[in-house]
Amino acid sequence: MAVLLLAEVTGGELAMDATAKAVTAAQALGDVTVLAAGASAAAAGDAAAKIAGVSKVLVAEDASLGHRLAEPTAALIASLAGDYEHIVAPATTDAKNILPRVAALLDVMIISDATAVVDGATFERPIYAGNAIQTMKSSDAKKVITFRTANFDAAGEGGSASVETISAADNPGLSEWVENKVAKSDRPELTSAGIVVSGGRGVGSEEDFALIETLADKLGAAVGASRAAVDSGYAANDLQVGQTGKVVAPELYVAVGISGAIQHLAGMKDSKVIVAINKDEEAPIFQVADFGLVADLFDAVPELTQKL
Amino acid sequence: MKALVPVKRVIDYNVKVRVKADGSGVDLANVKMSMNPFDEIAVEEAIRLKEAGKVDEIVAVSIGVKQAQETLRTALAMGADRAILVVATDDVHADIEPLAVAKILKAIVDEEQPGLVLCGKQAIDNDMNATGQMLSALLGWSQATFASEVDVEGNSAKITREVDGGLQTISVKMPAIVTVDLRLNEPRYASLPNIMKAKKKPLDEKSAADYGVDVSPRLEVVKTEEPAQRAAGI
Ligand SMILES: Cc1cc2nc3c(=O)[nH]c(=O)nc-3n(C[C@H](O)[C@H](O)[C@H](O)COP(=O)(O)OP(=O)(O)OC[C@H]3O[C@@H](n4cnc5c(N)ncnc54)[C@H](O)[C@@H]3O)c2cc1C
Ligand SMILES: Cc1cc2nc3c(=O)[nH]c(=O)nc-3n(C[C@H](O)[C@H](O)[C@H](O)COP(=O)(O)OP(=O)(O)OC[C@H]3O[C@@H](n4cnc5c(N)ncnc54)[C@H](O)[C@@H]3O)c2cc1C
Repeated sequence: MAVLLLAEVTGGELAMDATAKAVTAAQALGDVTVLAAGASAAAAGDAAAKIAGVSKVLVAEDASLGHRLAEPTAALIASLAGDYEHIVAPATTDAKNILPRVAALLDVMIISDATAVVDGATFERPIYAGNAIQTMKSSDAKKVITFRTANFDAAGEGGSASVETISAADNPGLSEWVENKVAKSDRPELTSAGIVVSGGRGVGSEEDFALIETLADKLGAAVGASRAAVDSGYAANDLQVGQTGKVVAPELYVAVGISGAIQHLAGMKDSKVIVAINKDEEAPIFQVADFGLVADLFDAVPELTQKL
Repeated sequence: MKALVPVKRVIDYNVKVRVKADGSGVDLANVKMSMNPFDEIAVEEAIRLKEAGKVDEIVAVSIGVKQAQETLRTALAMGADRAILVVATDDVHADIEPLAVAKILKAIVDEEQPGLVLCGKQAIDNDMNATGQMLSALLGWSQATFASEVDVEGNSAKITREVDGGLQTISVKMPAIVTVDLRLNEPRYASLPNIMKAKKKPLDEKSAADYGVDVSPRLEVVKTEEPAQRAAGI
């Protein structure tokens, strides 16, 4: 049984961590072919060929595939679908944009955010912001799945898959890329970082969010935020952790001035160790925290940063 | 231009959901139900487009149980002009999959010919994040997901999307499907007079069979469990 895996390619580069985690999930389903698509994707394809467990790489380079626009990318995947029983991808915003479209083109359901593979047709996925885990069995001939990367270890390196170049499907010309506003940062990427320090509404302002950033930098950590902190403009949107933001499972998660709403917990409760700093001892975040510090963050965070 | 807004009736986001002891699903008996929060944002955006003179009629659609009427009345009270209820099941615990919802919505789009469909990016019950993309595929329309800014200019729309790396702006040809993210707007509350007025606005009731769509699920729920509990606190 064959699996087609859409690699995460951004600006011509392979997002190794997300792709390698999806490879681990996909290997449980069958022989893995990786598709690297983009305006430039050859380098990403070569990188994907080195992931252990990948047997073949398809590289599709075309201007229409740049910026991962949904319509041409979905058309390409649908045109390749005949050879595969499973079409999968890491559950990134790109894949969530593209794969449901692929599924509808194939007249099958999508299985989003799968967290475990039971067998070739049966998967676990969280519903209700992670408050319940559902096991779902698909009766579709083809299964289209996104995998939540936080639940899978990255496949190692050492593969030597063959690389084949293919052409793009016809571009329906429905949408055009205009611009990206990418938050530039030298910090580790949120979903793959070993340590995450997140700030919430309690931090109080964009200026004071520097407290979170300084602590993160001391720890070599990525920075995260609650929705309230993002909505209030303290932090960029792509730092939001939670049901509707990113899902992370680092070794250490430090939540500062975050109350612990279920929508936030949905994005971080699988972290190995959770530390919470909050001045309200009743805050629900303490119910999931391994280490809780009831303190004013404006005292505790600078002190902690200084001691490190 | 007409705007179509699909709104889903879901468990209220403040309710702590309970998994049924027999593993058959989540307990929805006597639980507060509300409009999916993302769909409130979609309704609000449609109203703002109407206030700006870019949309002339807003049609809200809900697919599910008969009680989804209440969700449609909320949309009407916010400012939608009329509503279509598609009764597809009479079991409050049954839910219609995004593929079937998208097929019904496609049939409604064929009839109503809207220039824009505004969906929520995901429903907070099943978190599938799929319906808008599927509808767009079935129609062969452009799609712009996770929108935090919508700017309709004649035959195209500029949409800013919340993506993993930050924000991406794309330009889509109309007609288009847009799925909305949380930061697009702050939905208004319906005023009491508008709630009263909404009772008189037209609400058509249909069935899935009226559209010839088979809503039988492709995914069978084998079981529903509580997530593993974390051991708390030191
Ligand atoms: C559909 C939907 C989706 C959502 N998705 C997400 C999501 O993906 N991610 C997410 O995070 N939220 C999400 N939310 C929002 C969520 O419900 C909460 O509103 C949000 O997480 C609250 O953020 P917060 O904890 O920063 O703010 P608050 O709840 O306001 O908590 C602030 C905390 O800071 C503490 N504090 C204040 N001052 C100090 C101080 N000086 N020192 C120490 N502690 C202090 C307070 O005691 C309080 O506990 C969603 C909501 C909805 C409806
Ligand atoms: C209690 C319960 C029982 C279930 N039982 C089964 C079962 O027996 N078998 C099975 O296979 N699956 C079952 N499911 C799963 C379910 O069928 C799908 O997984 C689910 O519909 C996923 O869709 P979503 O709401 O997450 O859609 P999303 O794609 O996340 O929704 C996105 C947007 O689409 C629009 N939309 C979605 N649905 C509607 C609607 N009905 N009306 C109007 N607009 C809509 C809204 O704008 C919404 O914001 C069940 C789910 C629940 C909650």
